[in-house]
Amino acid sequence: MNTSTISQPVNRRDFLRLSALASGGLMIGFYINSSGEAQAAESTSGPGGSFAPNAFIRITPDSKITIVSKQPEIGQGIKTSLPMVIAEQLDVDWKDVTIEQADVHDRYGSQSAGGSTSTPNNYENFLRVGATARAVLVEAAAQTWGVPASECTTASGVVTHAKSKRSLKYGQLVAKAVTLPVPDASKVALKDPKDFKLIGRRISGVDNTNLVTGKSLFGIDVRVPNMVYAVFEKCPAFAGKAVSANLDQVKALPGVKDAFIIEGTTNLGGLKSGVAIVADSTWAAISARKQLKVTWDEGKVASTGWDSFAAQAKELSSKPGARVLRKDGDVDAAFKGAAKVVEAEYVYPFISHLSLEPMNCTAHWNNGALELWAPSQNPASGRAMISTVLNIPQEKINIHLTRSGGGFGRRLSADFMVEAAAIAQKVNAPVKLTWTREDDLRHDQMRPGGLHYLKGAVDAKGKLVAWKNNFFTFGNVGQGGQVQPGSGGALSGDEFPGRWVPNYLAEQTVFEANWPMGPWRAPGSCVFAFVVHSFIDELAHAAGRDPLEFRLEILGDKDEMPGTPPAAGAKGPPPAAYNVARMRGVLKAAAEKANWGKKKYPKGQGAGLAFHFSHRGYFAQVAEVTVSKEGQLKVDRVISVGDVGSQIVNPSGADNQVEGSVVDGLSVMMFQELSVERGRVVNANLDEYPMLRMPDAPAKIEVHWLKTANPVTGTGEPAFPPVAPAICNAIFAATGKRIRQFPASRTDLRWS
Amino acid sequence: MKYTLNVNGKSHTVDVAPDTPLLWVLRDTLGLVGTKFGCGIGQCSACTVHLNGEPTRACMTRVSSVRNSKVVTIEGLAEESSHLHPLQQAWVDLDVAQCGYCQAGQIMTAAALLRDNPKPSDQEIDGAMADNLCRCGTYLRIREGIKRAAGLAAGKEATQ
Repeated sequence: MNTSTISQPVNRRDFLRLSALASGGLMIGFYINSSGEAQAAESTSGPGGSFAPNAFIRITPDSKITIVSKQPEIGQGIKTSLPMVIAEQLDVDWKDVTIEQADVHDRYGSQSAGGSTSTPNNYENFLRVGATARAVLVEAAAQTWGVPASECTTASGVVTHAKSKRSLKYGQLVAKAVTLPVPDASKVALKDPKDFKLIGRRISGVDNTNLVTGKSLFGIDVRVPNMVYAVFEKCPAFAGKAVSANLDQVKALPGVKDAFIIEGTTNLGGLKSGVAIVADSTWAAISARKQLKVTWDEGKVASTGWDSFAAQAKELSSKPGARVLRKDGDVDAAFKGAAKVVEAEYVYPFISHLSLEPMNCTAHWNNGALELWAPSQNPASGRAMISTVLNIPQEKINIHLTRSGGGFGRRLSADFMVEAAAIAQKVNAPVKLTWTREDDLRHDQMRPGGLHYLKGAVDAKGKLVAWKNNFFTFGNVGQGGQVQPGSGGALSGDEFPGRWVPNYLAEQTVFEANWPMGPWRAPGSCVFAFVVHSFIDELAHAAGRDPLEFRLEILGDKDEMPGTPPAAGAKGPPPAAYNVARMRGVLKAAAEKANWGKKKYPKGQGAGLAFHFSHRGYFAQVAEVTVSKEGQLKVDRVISVGDVGSQIVNPSGADNQVEGSVVDGLSVMMFQELSVERGRVVNANLDEYPMLRMPDAPAKIEVHWLKTANPVTGTGEPAFPPVAPAICNAIFAATGKRIRQFPASRTDLRWS
Repeated sequence: MKYTLNVNGKSHTVDVAPDTPLLWVLRDTLGLVGTKFGCGIGQCSACTVHLNGEPTRACMTRVSSVRNSKVVTIEGLAEESSHLHPLQQAWVDLDVAQCGYCQAGQIMTAAALLRDNPKPSDQEIDGAMADNLCRCGTYLRIREGIKRAAGLAAGKEATQ
């Protein structure tokens, strides 16, 4: 396995050479359109006599095989797993392949990594990208030997004609292959999955050697000749305006090259107002910033805070919510006739993404063109924003995509990119903008907090008969002047157990906050699963039922629950069905692996379970915990069973995502909270935003997969949601203490 | 101010402000970007280097205080540049990293642990590594990686 680091900046000449090479190749096989149209007659040759049948594969006459990875690598392992898919069908050995990170270009189609979509959006196409190239090479061999292509086989980058005992390496076929038409990708034969040699094998990440030896890979590592360094001070209150600053004093400080106000826009996820300091080193810029004094116009947001919104929610909780999301049957009548009724308030705070690599971006404005090096999950959105805000034509914006030190949804936003671009326009040199950790915490696109007022009921048989969720969330004025919930702050009427309970009412009230919010790993699901599966557990215990059996009864016998069609006249496609059979499958498997119901735990120990469907993935988890009499929590084991379709492309990477989700889920549950007061985040740095460390990590995480005959999908998000409720339910089983508020470190878990 | 630093066995003279953290001298002045900026206040340990063998937070270490100390960064951890340190090798074998941003700091802390305590227990590993934040949550693989490098039974099968 060879890899190249993004390393030193791609210099102008290298870039032109790469472009020419790629455009000399043929763009086929990728994003095969619905009519199956493919450009069959074009040449497949790249400069230097290499074979480049599409934008993703290059083979040189000496059999050097390069696979281009187009998706942003943010720690989800996509730079390893998707090239594996191409290599599998190309039929080459992994050790012979070099992976190259793509820059941002239309030739690659979408390069957004969010919503766990990188795998499902590319898997089928990438199988065909590899198979198409293989088909051309086989045809080249067949013509060279004058034999039917159907008699030729491939393996390890070699085409063989067994009958005549002849074989040629792919590189030896390049000269012929470049003269051949590329077949219609939708019609090429694919390798049977039972013959897969690479997909399903544990493969170590392609950047690993470079990572552990400290090579340049990340956005923050980018170094460009004659580069200068910038910091950008924004108003502590969200989207406040810089009125004036002691710029002359700052400009006189050591190492400072310039300091200026950027007016900014009112977009909470875009270019904010603030003061840029440009210096000859990062430290000179950070140092000078300590002397910076800015007069801000903080605006109306400075009168908002979590506490007052939470108090309002409490006051309104007994009244009908602003909007009904779903209403089935009659909850009030059902509560009256029920055997047991349970009420509870569930609360979770705003939290940060806290990608360990702080936001940063390097930009060079030169001759009306902008070159960027960006650790982004969605570079195209950054390009579009820069184009609009700074009035630069999109075709004049060239983006190099770097590895990201964590994403979690944070880098879907482009605020840091547009800031770098705006600063670069005023600086006559390439400039690297680095956010400090304080900037990162104070100016995140936060995961919204929420408050749920729940009421549920079971009948005399202990069956769930009624469920009411009065949900309070946060939003901003969106298009059309309406207040829209922040990303992950919108509850769907179909959110489980909506559709499964005969008497069901979900209501939503959105507080207009004017706070920046954005997608956070499994948006919505990451909090709703905690609320739903904790409350289901409360109801199961109230009914005196086993939590597993109670859940299986709710899921019912039907194999599929259709999505609720949109109201007449509403836009958008009908929602996807919920595959109940797949959920039952993972739930039963997790329970079985945990020996659920058979294992006896002493007081202070217990097991809990939860399941959740999101981002095309079905996951169930069982947690086992020990809580000391002093209230110290130790997660002894988490068993996770996931169903993400028929293949696990790279089990090492997929397992890692689940292991990380478990740790992340526990960390969020136990520790994390942004305190929002006076329209700003008041946590300064990691000392005021604790996160889970190794001693608090679960002792054991067991990852299992059910392979089912379904499309292959992603693992970055769907394993996260059930973690916290499974652990909270285990804590209840162990101690009788119910966690209804995050961070759980606030709940007294002592028992006697 | 001019300072002469011994970094990875080589002498470098740099001209920077006395309060410049070693982190930024390494990254901006010497181009050794393997040492990472995470928090700037010694809370995440992504910037861990060895100062005379001791794991040290480079973000909290002023260049003026380094003096004759021997600085070793992730780039200089392996005794020979053509080989990986056993911890680096274990990290690759077990596919420890997700985003990888914290891993240089993790390895530097672990290297000092194994030098002083070649066969650490789980508790000793947890204790030594408690200051190193991994946002992606690879703690279990980090533990396994340390055990593998120590020649202890590692639970996970190696990847390829």
